[in-house]
Amino acid sequence: MDNDKKTSADSNRSLKRFLRNKFNLIGGIIILLFLLISIFAPVISPHPPNQVNLKMSLQPPSKTNFFGTDSLGRDVFSRIIHGCSASLIVGLGSVGFSLVVGSFLGVIAGYFKGSIGIVIMRFMDALWSFPSIILALGIAASIGPGIKNIIIAIGITFIPGFARVIYSQVLIVREEVYIKAIKSLGTKTSRLIFWHVLPNSITPVIVYSSLMAAQAVIAEAGLSFLGIGVIPPRAAWGNMLRDGYIYLGVAPWVSLFPGAAIFLLVLAFNFVGDGLRDVLDVRMTQ
Amino acid sequence: MIKFLGQRIFQMILVLFFVSIVVYSLIIIIPGDAATAVVGADASEEQLMIVREQLGLNEPVFVRYVKWVGNMLKGDFGRSMTTNHRVTTLVSIRFPITMQLTLCGMVLAVSIGIPLGIIAAKKNNSFTDMVLRAITSLGMSLPNFWLGLLLILFFSLKLGWFAPSGLIPIKQSFFGWMSTMILPALTIGTRFTAVVLRQTRSALLEVLRSDYIRTAKAKGLKDIKIIRSHALKNSLIPVVTVIGLQTGRLFGGAVITETIFHLPGMGSLIATAVSQRDYVVVQSGIMIVAITVLLINFIVDVLYAILDPRIRFK
Repeated sequence: MDNDKKTSADSNRSLKRFLRNKFNLIGGIIILLFLLISIFAPVISPHPPNQVNLKMSLQPPSKTNFFGTDSLGRDVFSRIIHGCSASLIVGLGSVGFSLVVGSFLGVIAGYFKGSIGIVIMRFMDALWSFPSIILALGIAASIGPGIKNIIIAIGITFIPGFARVIYSQVLIVREEVYIKAIKSLGTKTSRLIFWHVLPNSITPVIVYSSLMAAQAVIAEAGLSFLGIGVIPPRAAWGNMLRDGYIYLGVAPWVSLFPGAAIFLLVLAFNFVGDGLRDVLDVRMTQ
Repeated sequence: MIKFLGQRIFQMILVLFFVSIVVYSLIIIIPGDAATAVVGADASEEQLMIVREQLGLNEPVFVRYVKWVGNMLKGDFGRSMTTNHRVTTLVSIRFPITMQLTLCGMVLAVSIGIPLGIIAAKKNNSFTDMVLRAITSLGMSLPNFWLGLLLILFFSLKLGWFAPSGLIPIKQSFFGWMSTMILPALTIGTRFTAVVLRQTRSALLEVLRSDYIRTAKAKGLKDIKIIRSHALKNSLIPVVTVIGLQTGRLFGGAVITETIFHLPGMGSLIATAVSQRDYVVVQSGIMIVAITVLLINFIVDVLYAILDPRIRFK
């Protein structure tokens, strides 16, 4: 009971410290705003995102089209609103995917060490040695475009990062007295790993997840920009940037506004990630 | 040192082995028949046969893999499925361009990032430090494809200072080359600069808090002298590591910058091959990039061991 109260007080203190920093607060608010935008996109979008109107092609920003129109006369503002969900789904989805797989591999490698650990971690080193966009490009080229495949492609490139973070933490946690005590009680190894070692090693992963979400948003936009991300005509910020790139000289708004949206979301994830690191990093707290 | 080198080379070979498995898997994970994925569902049986032969799909996976690795060890990375050029020929033209771009990005990051990092650390918690930290956060969050477009829009289309795309070879004209390389280098190097700035700042701050710096201050040495003679050398070791590791990543990450500025480098080679479903070039290109990144990391590790003897004896 006392422990529960202490943990709850610790969490409250951490939350207060997190919210005290203006950058963290701004980051949190922007992410929340983008989440709401993607949920209520059909309600708040002034025009249907895929409505083609060639007579209105490449119109500059105006009262009816806040961010202007693209080469097919589609409303850029509405497409940015609808494209928000693609970025968030891929950002959070690929982080979730790599978090689950990476944590699993990292905890197994860290707990058992020995040859299992060596094989897993050398394989992680191999994946780590690829620049993520190149590997994601290769995987996406093989399994094809589309949101699900992009999540897998980006997720795979993030696995080694998560595995390494959890691995180094597990190496410390497995030597703790309480883990040895639980082990001596005859607890099953699987229960010990997933109920005791993993939850106590997870804090750095939370920080890492937020920073990687920012990278995932950039990677998704990058792949869509290269033409193997989200399949058109579905609005995605990377696709929009690519479409507008050809008209940069005559209609810069087509690519500038989606780029600004990517920048804002990435900045928000980075702010939150930095804030979480400041609050949760034990060394910094001390 | 020899023991360290031996261990590091063995590790690198092991990682290369895993890398080759990952790269080879790219062909295996193509859903359904890879040959159909290349030529399309309405291709004739004859076309399918040719592609299967090119991709070596007629043999068991293990045999194909061994042959593929064997050929690579002999320097044969196959032929492009669209142009029939040897991949090694294509790479020999494009590799130096990506290398030039990477080095330019690195030079930019080092020449701007380190001095600004020193200023930020020296003026810790001041207004200048706050501004520099804000700039670092912005630099780390700027997607390079968007930054590239902004640079083209402002410096090429509005001011007309630089060409928006293409490359003038360095042999033809150095200043011409500079004018075509500066915007891509800025695009690729901005995030890198922010990383170097941040790393220099935090490494220097950590060193400045150590006892021997306090002693130097107690001796009455001036701040500039303390930083120049004592703090900087010790704080630069982690910075050098970050620079090395980031250079490898920069090389691979050049794909988008090269696409935006139409630079004929390794990245645009792979990106074009992906759009043309030229799996031989995709596979070999990715393998060559991975080998290069591993080699750069290896060199960094060795340099690190030379700079910091503790690493050798770990």
